[in-house]
Amino acid sequence: MALKTEPFVLNMGPVHPSTHGVFRMRTTLDGEVVVDIEPIFGYLHRGVEKLAEQRTYTGIIPLTDRLDYISSMNNNLAYCLAVEKLAGIKVPERAEYLRVIMAELQRIAAFLIAVGAFLNDCGAFFTPFMYMFREREKIVDLLEMVSGQRLTYNYIRVGGVSQDIPEEFLPALRTFVAQMPGFIDEYDRLLMQNEILLARAKGVGILTREQAINCAASGPVLRASGVKWDIRQADPYSIYDRFEFDIPTGTVGDCYDRYRVRVAEMRQSLRIIQQAMTQLPPGPVKAAVPHLIRPPVGEAYAHLEAPKGELGFYLVSDNSIAPYRCHIRPPSLINLTALRDMVRGWKVADLIVIFGSIDITVGEIDR
Amino acid sequence: MMPVLNFGIHHQVFIPAVPPDWPGGFWWHWLFFTVVIIAFVLTMVMGAIYIERRGMGRMQSRLGPNRTGPFGLLQPVADAIKVLLKENIVPVKADKLVHWLAPVVAFAPALMLFAVIPFQDGALLADLNIGILYIVAISSVSTVGIFMAGWASSNKYSLLGAMRNVAAIVSYEMPLVLAIVGVVLIAGSLSLNRIVIAQDIPFILLQPLGFFLFFAAGCAEINRSPFDLMEADSEIVAGFHTEYSGMKFAMFYLVEYAEAIAIAAIITTLFLGGWRGPLLPPWLWFVTKVMAVFFTMVWTRTTLPRIRIDQLMALAWKFLLPLAVINLIITAIQVLASWPDTLPWTLVMIIVNFTILAVLVLLWSKFFFRLGWGRIEV
Amino acid sequence: MTAVLSGKEIARQLTEKFPESIIESGQDYLVVKNESLLAVAAFLKDTPELNFDYLNFITAVDYYHYFEVVYRLSSLEHNHSLVLKTHCADREDPTLPSVTGLWQGADFQEREIYDLMGINFEGHPNMKRIFLWEGFAGHPMRKDFR
Repeated sequence: MALKTEPFVLNMGPVHPSTHGVFRMRTTLDGEVVVDIEPIFGYLHRGVEKLAEQRTYTGIIPLTDRLDYISSMNNNLAYCLAVEKLAGIKVPERAEYLRVIMAELQRIAAFLIAVGAFLNDCGAFFTPFMYMFREREKIVDLLEMVSGQRLTYNYIRVGGVSQDIPEEFLPALRTFVAQMPGFIDEYDRLLMQNEILLARAKGVGILTREQAINCAASGPVLRASGVKWDIRQADPYSIYDRFEFDIPTGTVGDCYDRYRVRVAEMRQSLRIIQQAMTQLPPGPVKAAVPHLIRPPVGEAYAHLEAPKGELGFYLVSDNSIAPYRCHIRPPSLINLTALRDMVRGWKVADLIVIFGSIDITVGEIDR
Repeated sequence: MMPVLNFGIHHQVFIPAVPPDWPGGFWWHWLFFTVVIIAFVLTMVMGAIYIERRGMGRMQSRLGPNRTGPFGLLQPVADAIKVLLKENIVPVKADKLVHWLAPVVAFAPALMLFAVIPFQDGALLADLNIGILYIVAISSVSTVGIFMAGWASSNKYSLLGAMRNVAAIVSYEMPLVLAIVGVVLIAGSLSLNRIVIAQDIPFILLQPLGFFLFFAAGCAEINRSPFDLMEADSEIVAGFHTEYSGMKFAMFYLVEYAEAIAIAAIITTLFLGGWRGPLLPPWLWFVTKVMAVFFTMVWTRTTLPRIRIDQLMALAWKFLLPLAVINLIITAIQVLASWPDTLPWTLVMIIVNFTILAVLVLLWSKFFFRLGWGRIEV
Repeated sequence: MTAVLSGKEIARQLTEKFPESIIESGQDYLVVKNESLLAVAAFLKDTPELNFDYLNFITAVDYYHYFEVVYRLSSLEHNHSLVLKTHCADREDPTLPSVTGLWQGADFQEREIYDLMGINFEGHPNMKRIFLWEGFAGHPMRKDFR
C-alpha cells in the first residue's frame, strides 16, 4: 500500500546545534527523507571585502583573522602572500620557515576541530570532540607562545612574521610533534573502524570526481573524491617545494573518505613541521617593509592550501595605500555548492553528517 | 551444595505472594511503598544524573560539575532548583491541554514500573503474579506521553522526534519481550520476586544472549545512546521536548532518567540476580547493581555514534528479532531437556550458552545482517 | 608549479576560432567581449590540450565606467592557469551570461557578484541575493555605494 505523503518545510538554523555557526538550510522533507534543500547565507556578513577597501594593506591582516576564525594563521599567510606578490616583497628565510611551521600547526588544529565536529554530528556524544580539543589546546598554547593570542593571531605580517619565536617554543614544539602521532592513533582506535560510524558515513553523500572538480571543490573535499590536488605541491608557495609529504586521497568521495583524508592530512602536516623544524635557519624574521605599502598598479592572486581548501586573495592595486579591490576566495562557500546534490534522497540524519563532513566556517562563507 | 537452579516447571511449588508483616495491613503497605518508591526514584535519578555527568566528564577528559557541594554532589539539586525557577513557555500555536498533559502521561508509567520490582525478598509494592507482563505493558505507555508532547508542541523537530520514538518503540517491544520470555521459561514464573528467588546463579550466565538482546532493546526503548534518535541533539535539536521549559521540561528530564533506572532495575532483577548477593544487605546489592548497569549505559553513550532511523529499524527486525526467537527456542529445548541441577552440569550449560551467544552473533553480523551495508530501505 | 599560460598565446588560438572576440590580451590574462564569453569559456574548457576544468574563482571589480569580471581558470590535469576577463559597461542593468552550465562552482559566486556588485547573470538557475536580504537598496561593493 502506498501512503500518500506530503512534503513539509523545515528550517534548519540559523540557530541549530550542528550548523557550525549561523548557517541556515531550508529543507523540504518527505517524512525523514530530504527532498530539497536551499542553503541560506548572510547571517554573519560583515562586509570584509568592502572594509578592506578603506584600510591600509597592513591594516587588513586583523580582518583576515576573522574570516575562518579557526585557521587564522592560514588566512594571514594567504593575504600576506598576495600583498608580497603585488608589491614584490622578499621574505627572509627564517620567516618563511616560521610561516610554514605556524601554517601547518594551524592546519592540524583546524582538522582536529573538523574531525571532532564531524564525529559529534554523527552522534558520538562529545567524546571525540573533547579528545581533539585536548590536543588543539596544545597547539593553541604553542601559537599563543609566539603571538600572544589564542584565536586571532595576527602573527604573519607582510614581509615576514611579527616577531621571532621565544626560546621555549622549539622544545615545546618538539614535544608536541613527538606526542601527536600517538594521539592520532588513539583517535583511530576510538572510532575509525566502528561499525556504527561505518554504517553512518560509508557510502553516504558521495561526491564523484567529476562533480567535485566541476563544483570547484577544494581541500579535503576534493581529495576525498580521488583528485590528487594539493596547492602545496601543485603550485608551491612560500617554501613548500623543499618539503617531502604525501597527498592523502580518498577513493569514493563519501563522508568516510573525507573524514579519513583529514586524519591522514594531520600526519602529513606533522611530517612537514618536523622537516621545517630541523631546517630552521637563524636570521631576521621580517623584511624592511614601509608602514604604508604602495604597490604598483596591477593585480595579484595568491592562494594556499587552507584546512578548508583553496583560500585565495585577489588584490587589485591602484598605487594607493589601500587595495582598490580585495576579493577573498572562500573555500567553505564554494565547497557547499554541491551540498544540494549530495543530500537529496538521504535522510535528515545523513544531511547533518554530510554537512558536517564538508566542514565549513560561517565566518568565511559570509565574510 | 543446594540445587543451583530449577529448570522444570513440574518442580514448581507455589509460594504465595508474601506481603511483608511490617508495617502491617494493606493500606499501610501501600502507603509505605508508594513513599519509598517515589523517594527511591527521585534519589536514584539524582544519583544517576550525578554519575552520568561526572562519569561522562571523566571519560571525555574534562572535570564535570565540581563546584556545588563536595565533589559537585549537589549539582542535581542545583539543576532541579534552576529548572523549577524557569519560566514556563508554551508556544502560541501549541495544543495547550495536550502540551500540559504530556509530561504527566509520560512520567506516571515510569514511576509505576517500580511497583513490581523487588528491593529485597518480598519488599515490593505489589508482588503481581504477572509482574513481567505488567512491566511490558506499562513501559510502552510513556510513548503516548512523548508522542503527545511532540504533537502538541507544533514544532517540526518535536514531531520528527516523536515519530521516531513511536517507530522505535513499536519495533523494539518485540525483541524486548522475546528476550524476557527466555528468563521466564527458566524461572518458571512471571512474578519478579519469584524470578529473583529462582536465580541461585544470575541468569546472565544462563541467558547471555538474552541479556545482550534485552540490553540493546532496552536502550532503544528508553532512547539511550546509540539509539537516542528521538532527541538526537545534533539532528533535531532536542526532539520532542524542544518546546518545553521549566517544570514540564524537568518532568521529561526526570522521565528520561527514571526510565533508564527502571530498565537498569529490570535488567538487574531479570539477569543479575536482583537483590541477591553475599555480605551486603539486599537493598544495597540492588542499588549497586542498578548503578552498575546504568554506568554501562553512560559508557556506551559516551563511546558510540548514533545510528540512523532506518538502521535502527533494520537492527530491530533483522538482527535482534531473529536472534531473540532463536534464543527462545534454544532456551525452551534446554528447559524441556531438564538437565540435572548439579554444579558441573550448570557449568557446562554456562559454557554452552556463551558459545551459542558468540556463534550466533558472529554468524548474524557476518552473513545475515550488517549495519554498514550502506543504504537500507525499510 | 602551476604554469601560467600566456594570454597572448591563447588569444592567437582564439582569434582563429572566434574572430573579433578578444578585446585585449596580456602576459597572463585575456579580455573577451561579453557576447562571446560563453563560447570562449566552453572552448577553453573542452579543448583537450587546454582542458580548463576547474574554475578557481569569479569576482568583479568596479572601474566606475565599466565592471570587470574576472574568471580564474585552472586545469587540474595539465596544471596550468589563465585569467579570463570580460567587461560590462552598462551601469544601470549590467548583464552577463552565466557560466554555471560549464562550471557548477560558479553558482554561489555569481549570486554573490549579483548581490554585492549588481551584475545580472543570465541563465543562472537561482539568481537572487545571497548575503543581503531581498529588498536591500543598492549593491554595496560598487564604488559609488553610499
